[in-house]
Amino acid sequence: MPHIIVENLVKTFQIAQRQPGVWGALRGVLHRNYRQITALDGISFTIESGELIGYIGPNGAGKSTTVKVLSGILVPDTGRCEILGRVPWKERISHVAHIGVVFGQRTQLWWDLPVIESFDLLRDIYRVDHHQYAQTRDEMIAILDLESLLDIPVRQLSLGQRMRCDLAAALIHRPSILFLDEPTIGLDIVSKLAVRDFIKRLNQERDVTVILTTHDLDDIEALCTRVMVIGQGQILSDGPLENLRARVTTERRLIVDLEGTEDITDPDASVVLRDGHRVHLTFDPDRVATADLIARITAQHPVRDLFVENTPIEEIISRLYAENR
Amino acid sequence: MPKIANHTSSLAIKSYIAVFSARFRTLLQYRAAAFAGFGTQFFWGLIRVMIFEAFYRSTTAPQPMTADEVITYIWLGQAFLVLIPYQGADPDIRAMVRSGNVVYELVRPTNLYFFWYSRAIAQRTAPGVFRALPMFIMAGLFFNMQMPPNIPTACAWLVSMLFAVLISAAITNLLNISLLWTISGEGLGLLLSSLTWLFSGIIIPLLFFPDWAQATLNILPFRYILDIPFRFYLGHIPPEEIWYHLPFQITYLIALITAGHLILTLGIRRLVAQGG
Repeated sequence: MPHIIVENLVKTFQIAQRQPGVWGALRGVLHRNYRQITALDGISFTIESGELIGYIGPNGAGKSTTVKVLSGILVPDTGRCEILGRVPWKERISHVAHIGVVFGQRTQLWWDLPVIESFDLLRDIYRVDHHQYAQTRDEMIAILDLESLLDIPVRQLSLGQRMRCDLAAALIHRPSILFLDEPTIGLDIVSKLAVRDFIKRLNQERDVTVILTTHDLDDIEALCTRVMVIGQGQILSDGPLENLRARVTTERRLIVDLEGTEDITDPDASVVLRDGHRVHLTFDPDRVATADLIARITAQHPVRDLFVENTPIEEIISRLYAENR
Repeated sequence: MPKIANHTSSLAIKSYIAVFSARFRTLLQYRAAAFAGFGTQFFWGLIRVMIFEAFYRSTTAPQPMTADEVITYIWLGQAFLVLIPYQGADPDIRAMVRSGNVVYELVRPTNLYFFWYSRAIAQRTAPGVFRALPMFIMAGLFFNMQMPPNIPTACAWLVSMLFAVLISAAITNLLNISLLWTISGEGLGLLLSSLTWLFSGIIIPLLFFPDWAQATLNILPFRYILDIPFRFYLGHIPPEEIWYHLPFQITYLIALITAGHLILTLGIRRLVAQGG
């Protein structure tokens, strides 16, 4: 049985609209206009145990709303959702005991307490047995390199340090599902890599199901076997990263560093960018074999260096968003 | 490796004790506030004592309490001022609601009402630790504050005091919950704290209110926060009458908790977690 079943989930919000100016404010007291925003417009998916899923979409697409419904915080208007056999918003307390949540822009640590005291407090709140707690805590401290941070009050931590502590905090009770809402937002590259590495290990070594929302497509490329794209409250695409690529475009890029600055013309490739000696070409591997194209170009032009890459995932995603606008 | 921790509901109380004690310890750290609070309340107490002394010297009519009783009543009020939710809602919860961090409160395997209620109890007790004791010592030694006349009186006082804390924390928790509607929570906070202020007996002992007001005062829960416990302390109400007042205190407590619970459930349903 799948870990997570979501069927036709709909969530709308009422937003009071304010008129500008003093007159508008006065009118607002008597009569308010409400605008309805459909954050989730009938989304469905199932997730199996041990999957590591990337959940992406532009701002306001409904990513965070989905995570909040799945973690039992928000109650949807209609639709079905079952996680480990429970309906999150109906059996909230037993549900949340089995999930971990990290919201990248917020912290669940107690602001004024040293990090270790937050961990102890979470142990008591989640009623984790002391022996198991000591084991989990020490593992987390070792993997996330937290030793030197434990006695520092949370308010004094840098964002990267805090995020590492937040990840550990979300796992104190050994959840079998972990929701990560933009865990790498605002982090420097070193912290980002540390977080990514940790997520990967968690998923592979402990079989924790991870649902990761992010705007950082490098996160997705590095981690996820399956990507769900959401736009305007609907799932636009769901499957392995390669499928997403194939669905939008099969194009590849050939990047050539020439000796000179002449133009490249080839019937099967077109120039998309030119930057001094460097030329970016796109081509369709179904129409022309990569090796043939390279052979033709190197025969015609003196070439210093060249390499082939897939269309950047950013471009794929932005095309997908544009298609569904 | 077992992936799922053992959760037994019989241990649920542990979660609440943990959050109570964490909050209690945090609040004890505000020592400067405690000393400043003690100073203010001590001098304020002196002024109130002087006002009542002047009143007793000039009055010839029979009064509902003796001058000595009123003085002790005033000092008790100064010692237990933190029982009145005068600062409104829990500042931490206010910050959480503002910033959106409140979402984390909803992913805890606890009943949110009692999770916040535990914090409210800490908020109504911790700041009192550094105020009540010095107040008893100072006022007892130098300013004619009396101790309870006998042991049954002291026991009745302690029992009614315990429920006073629980009732006051339930009112505080209503203020916390109101934040889910108003975000800043100042309106309801002001209203409820002024009601408590006036009708608990902190300004003037409730017996000094005119006769026509007594019936109203008697049906409000506020007198069970200060007035009734204090009169037990004085022996003004005989200790055996605890069996009359205790059921009222318990009824108010249950009513406040039930109401808070209901309002919170509604609040969560309409929750719009802001900021993406």
